[in-house]
Amino acid sequence: MDLLYQIFIDPFVQMGTAPDLLVQTLWEGLVGGVLYSLIALGFVLIFKASGVFNFAQGIMVVFAAMSLVSLYGLGIPAFVALALTFAIMLALAWGVERLVLRPLVNQPDIILFMATFGLTYFLIGFGELVFGGEPKVMIADQLFLPRGAYDIKMLGGFVSLQKIDIAATVIASLMVAALAVFFQKTRIGRALRAVADSHRAALSVGISLEQIWVIVWFAAGIVAIVTGIMWGARSQVEFSLQIIALKALPVLILGGFTSIPGAIVGGVIIGVGEKLGEFYWGPLLGSGIESWLAYMIALAFLLFRPQGLFGEKIIERV
Amino acid sequence: MLYREVGQYKTTYEADHAIFPLLQDRIGIAVILAIAFLFVPFTASDFVVNSMLIPILIFALAAIGLNLLTGYAGLISLGTGGFMGVGAYGCYKLATAFPQVNILVPILLSGFFSAAVGVVFGLPSLRIKGFYLAVATLASQFFLSWCFVRVPWLVNYNVSGAIEVPTRTFFGIPITGPNATATTRYLVVLAVVVAMTWLASNLVHGRIGRMWMAVRDMDIAAELIGIRLYRTKLLAFAVSSFYAGVAGAMLVFLWLGASEADSFDINASFLVLFMVIIGGLGSLLGSYLGSVLILGLPIVLRTLPGSLGVPLNSATVEHLQFMIVGALIILFLIVEPNGLARLWQIGKQKLRVWPFPY
Amino acid sequence: MRAPSSEVLAGQVLLSVENVSLSFGGVKAIRDVSFDIRKGEIRAIIGPNGAGKTSLLNVINGFYQPQEGRITFRGETREKMRPYAAARGGIARTFQNVALFKGMSALDNIMTGRSLKMNRGFVWQLLRHGPALAEEVEHRRRVEEIIDFLEINAIRRVQVGRLPYGLQKRVELGRALAMEPDLLLLDEPMAGMNLEEKEDMSRFVLDVNNHYGTTIALIEHDMGVVMDLSNRVLVLDYGRKIADGTPDEVKADRNVIDAYLGVAH
Ligand SMILES: Nc1ncnc2c1ncn2[C@@H]1O[C@H](COP(=O)(O)OP(=O)(O)O)[C@@H](O)[C@H]1O
Ligand SMILES: [Mg+2]
Repeated sequence: MDLLYQIFIDPFVQMGTAPDLLVQTLWEGLVGGVLYSLIALGFVLIFKASGVFNFAQGIMVVFAAMSLVSLYGLGIPAFVALALTFAIMLALAWGVERLVLRPLVNQPDIILFMATFGLTYFLIGFGELVFGGEPKVMIADQLFLPRGAYDIKMLGGFVSLQKIDIAATVIASLMVAALAVFFQKTRIGRALRAVADSHRAALSVGISLEQIWVIVWFAAGIVAIVTGIMWGARSQVEFSLQIIALKALPVLILGGFTSIPGAIVGGVIIGVGEKLGEFYWGPLLGSGIESWLAYMIALAFLLFRPQGLFGEKIIERV
Repeated sequence: MLYREVGQYKTTYEADHAIFPLLQDRIGIAVILAIAFLFVPFTASDFVVNSMLIPILIFALAAIGLNLLTGYAGLISLGTGGFMGVGAYGCYKLATAFPQVNILVPILLSGFFSAAVGVVFGLPSLRIKGFYLAVATLASQFFLSWCFVRVPWLVNYNVSGAIEVPTRTFFGIPITGPNATATTRYLVVLAVVVAMTWLASNLVHGRIGRMWMAVRDMDIAAELIGIRLYRTKLLAFAVSSFYAGVAGAMLVFLWLGASEADSFDINASFLVLFMVIIGGLGSLLGSYLGSVLILGLPIVLRTLPGSLGVPLNSATVEHLQFMIVGALIILFLIVEPNGLARLWQIGKQKLRVWPFPY
Repeated sequence: MRAPSSEVLAGQVLLSVENVSLSFGGVKAIRDVSFDIRKGEIRAIIGPNGAGKTSLLNVINGFYQPQEGRITFRGETREKMRPYAAARGGIARTFQNVALFKGMSALDNIMTGRSLKMNRGFVWQLLRHGPALAEEVEHRRRVEEIIDFLEINAIRRVQVGRLPYGLQKRVELGRALAMEPDLLLLDEPMAGMNLEEKEDMSRFVLDVNNHYGTTIALIEHDMGVVMDLSNRVLVLDYGRKIADGTPDEVKADRNVIDAYLGVAH
């Protein structure tokens, strides 16, 4: 009885009595969700255009952030380091196409999926070898990212909005808008959408499949850089972030593997759900449930809607 | 003796249906077993036994478990580490609750705990496949990892938060705990692993193995043949997790001696998955080969450059290990998706017709 | 031509489908189709591509669940079949695009067809001794008979993914036969075959029907084959039944001629 009260009543009482805390929690969940969405976006880009489920997106985020910070650490000016990081991600995209995707073309999806596990491990090892295993601090100031917080008095208390979080949300929105324009309005973007439907269609636009792969992996690399900067600025840059980055996977399950709006909505649901869960129900179970709550939310969801939020139900054929 | 099948006519389906129809193969297995049981215990140094043979055998068992699920039934899992952990903690609870029972009993029974947990987390497999299922198994991995850290009851409220393996004897000889010698522990592990490999081999060569592979290769056709997908998949989860659980229990009780939660984190899951991929999906032999390669690699990295005069520090070894394993995964998927086991078969095929090239 | 023997025409109804309709979203794959299959006959189903033939077989063995209608099999009526119940009840199937277990040998594929008939439990399977082994060997013997019958002895150990298409179709038939079905559904078993392969396959179909008395529903585009083999023909077009009768009746049917000559609807 007491337990039922603690599960079903008490959290809502708390939300009601301290609405400022509720707003704070929702906001933090929202920002966390936006970052998950960004990683998920990287997955979606690659999956849409090449059918590859890229498990390595998380490590690409860390790798990009590490490259940026380390280059700056060598005395290179921040924005030059940023440009070099773009070049590194392009080289990575090119290398992946040459050494992984091209030899595996026409293999079953699951083989390519497993190949991205290999890529993940390779990048972890390579990254730690080159950049060292210690956590690093993101060069947020040098990139003119704001710091500090706005403390807003509301609902009988204070809600504190970190400026960096606001910036992250704005930049993420711009990024999504830019991608939408890219896909809808540009020739390459249209070709990418065509390739999702049929490879021949892409060829007729005059772009080879290989080029398309490099382009989408590079696009996912750019998304990774942005995510890495934002994420790094909120906490630290370290390799263990790539495990947290895996939370983009439940986001994808919610949103579907091919839908950009799905990635965003899914990200927000997971981010907010996980923060609310941790804050209001976490103490019941012992803290740290954040490490698995996102997956459980997705799992529960899967059982009722296996095709995701926006996916259509497909009946297999024989 | 030459490796030939000439002159070995199979006159009955019994003979033809045997798992090793060739006499040479049967002799080969017998010789390997004889060496492993009779020769190695008296010759190998404690170091070799402890740091190579025991872990290789234990991880081979975990890899066999995952191979049954992924290689045979086609269900990808990133949760092996968690299931191994369930076995380890389950074994600890049993062994401390019933100290008078022979320790082998909890080790084997612990497999039932992990089988039960495996079935629960296998439930989504009816509705989802492929990547989706992989994510679902990640849920089990993270959830179980969290339990191992946050539920002190699992370690009987030890302040260290770790399993501390008690000494247990078998006919007066200590087989677990600090007093057990490496050789005794090796022999126990070897016996369990060999027996469980034999059982797995029986399974995959019979009706159940065929049903698993049918589900893997074409689930719709399998269903229309009358194979009940749900039961078949859940059975695969149960058996696979059973193997993982026993491997986990042995990992702590017969190898590490004490264990913290991070022995069973997502990296353990990947380690075992890589053994399966490199060794060969759908091959029991491959599970052994994969285990040898993945666990042998760091040893080679630690010793080889040193003996060449360029010693590497342990961090570098670890980083190199990640890189090499990652690259090997990609290389194998490109060059020989059926893994080391397939290379082995090709070698044998060559031997069969040796010295003629065709 | 095979004269429809009066015995078959008068025969018992093994399966009947009444007023079945099936749609996928907006696509109506089957519209209000009724027909029956009698014990021992070879029942052809023909129609242009997309007519709903495959969907109809899928409804019969429970892979698709129709929105409307009833199915009566062996006197038991239900709204929809379940795949397991269909297999248990003796309905076996081959597929338009071969659906073999690609990673397994031909022998193992056909052995898998006997899964339902093997009932030694898990513990026996673990031991693979005594009764379990005896069962395995007994079924192996039956499977070898099928292999002999289909003349695929030479390839029994070959992984089926590596076999040429014609042989794959044969192995698939073998897998269906291993179920010892009462009703065998064949979805374009001769598509993509050359003349010789077609003749072989026709012979197998007839032999199965004659020797084992297996009732067969056959989708086929080659009219010559259909006329030769079948007792009765069901014609579908745009998901509708447009004719049903003996091969001669169907051949003379106005609607059928229109459908095949492509008269605008
Ligand atoms: N699983 C499915 N999902 C969506 N539409 C389907 C599915 N199966 C069949 N259809 C549609 O139903 C119609 C009939 O298809 P089918 O039964 O395969 O025809 P046939 O075998 O006569 O060529 C077609 O329009 C096809 O596109
Ligand atoms: Mg068809």
